[in-house]
Amino acid sequence: MTTTAPETVDTAALEAVFDAAVAADERIEPRDWMPDAYRATLIRQIAQHAHSEIIGMQPEANWITRAPSLRRKAILMAKVQDEAGHGLYLYSAAETLGVGRDELLDKLHSGRQRYSSIFNYPTLTWADVGAIGWLVDGAAITNQVPLCRCSYGPYARAMIRVCKEESFHQRQGYELLLALSRGTEAQHAMAQDAVNRWWWPSLMMFGPPDGESPHSAQSMTWKIKRHSNDELRRRFVDICVPQAESLGLTLPDPDLRWNEETGHYDFGPIDWDEFNEVLRGNGPCNEQRLARRREAHEEGAWVREAAAAYAAKHAPGPRPGGTPHHTPERGTAASGPTKHPEAMA
Amino acid sequence: MTATTTRAATGPVPVTAALALGDDALVLAHRLGEWAGRAPVLEEEVALANIALDLLGQARTLLSLVGDEDELAYLREERAFRNVQLVERPNGDFAHTIARQLYFSAYQHLLYTRLAEGDGPFAPLAAKAVKEVAYHLDHAEHWTLRLGDGTAESHERMRGAAEALWRYTGELFEPVEGLDGVDPAALRAAWTERVGDTLRRATLELPTGPTSVSWAAGGGRQGVHTEPFGRMLAEMQHLHRSHPGASW
Repeated sequence: MTTTAPETVDTAALEAVFDAAVAADERIEPRDWMPDAYRATLIRQIAQHAHSEIIGMQPEANWITRAPSLRRKAILMAKVQDEAGHGLYLYSAAETLGVGRDELLDKLHSGRQRYSSIFNYPTLTWADVGAIGWLVDGAAITNQVPLCRCSYGPYARAMIRVCKEESFHQRQGYELLLALSRGTEAQHAMAQDAVNRWWWPSLMMFGPPDGESPHSAQSMTWKIKRHSNDELRRRFVDICVPQAESLGLTLPDPDLRWNEETGHYDFGPIDWDEFNEVLRGNGPCNEQRLARRREAHEEGAWVREAAAAYAAKHAPGPRPGGTPHHTPERGTAASGPTKHPEAMA
Repeated sequence: MTATTTRAATGPVPVTAALALGDDALVLAHRLGEWAGRAPVLEEEVALANIALDLLGQARTLLSLVGDEDELAYLREERAFRNVQLVERPNGDFAHTIARQLYFSAYQHLLYTRLAEGDGPFAPLAAKAVKEVAYHLDHAEHWTLRLGDGTAESHERMRGAAEALWRYTGELFEPVEGLDGVDPAALRAAWTERVGDTLRRATLELPTGPTSVSWAAGGGRQGVHTEPFGRMLAEMQHLHRSHPGASW
């Protein structure tokens, strides 16, 4: 709602209502007033989350055609399909903030928005599929369960659906590794090698240490974030150590040990230089992942244009003097009406 | 259905027919799986994976009727596969994938409808699968319309794909031993009508030929395949074959 009344007074009043709602753990909904910075933070976070689902299909899709049993192949296909679905939920949640999916995809393709650093690592063996399920999805769930209580309603509700499916994938990943760990010597070695390569990158998924995470405080005040990066990382380590023991696999950290005093596991230092390099685009697969995504999008352009042209020709009812606004990217019958960015400058 | 074909649902399952139907589904599921992460829109990532999963489910049921599904999928060589050559065709562009799906789903829908009406060993599977296949056919038909009647480029691509794959359709109507008495040849008229109608609505024509002078596919059911198939199997079977006796 825009009014012509003095802006400062209005904004202060609106902000007070907003702050009170957040303080009372009420949900902020799309039509509610919200601070521009809250909107911008959410758009960035939800978009990057959506992009991570889409880019995250690639390392696993890499093994669909080579899955070693039909059961595993079916599980993996279903998982990659779920990830596309999660991407769709999340783009929809972002759209409630006044930004279009096309625009967000464009930002992903041009490198102006990021996705999770973890997907810049390669899947070199079949066991990597299990390690991703167990560790990467496990870390994602640890991050995302608190988001089910995030102050922004559409995001929180998307997270509830996403977390249910992710938990299922996580158990399947664990079970895959268990089969390998208890299998032949070669299979066990394959599982251990995958865990060795995925452990540290998984810990990096929680983001920089608390002292170097400037946006965290504001996100916690707004109840977008409920726990600090280090707190969630510690929780994840505490969960993983006994699971690794039951798997019969070790975690590649000589400093990992139980601390009686804190009631948590102590663990070794994370290589933040590596993390920063990957974020800067210098990880093993950054270039490849983005190139593949762009290629799929560009090669699909004629298909989206065809769907839009067909929809325009077959739109019900006469439309005197106007062409329907079908953007190519949203040209399938399944997609909803295009939202135009309004709140975002 | 003719009376001579009735068979108790619990009776022996004819291996040739189970492999023919199972391999069709297995191979096409694999090809569709190659699309993961490459589809033109997110909705199609979901749809193509969904169809692939349905087909993989059908393949697992069918192969399990006559043996161990993994042994059959991973340890047979190229010459032992009984799928039609149509399903092993590389994905090509989206129009090729859609044309392949249109031709195959229209065939599978008619075939499973007939099998479901009978009481042979394939009736229970067909009764369940025909619902999935109806969805696959609907999806392929809608995309045929959008591409054929979309832009000039999509029209040309869809026309080219429908034509290029046409020579692989004759094989669908060859007899399959032990198929609960259903003669695929009897499905041809209904198939031609359904596919022809879709193509016409998509402003395309039903391709003609192949004529007597051009080559037409026809060896898949006898284990004679096209060159890309061997490479597809090499990729599919490599890991399983590298660890003999392992379980996954």
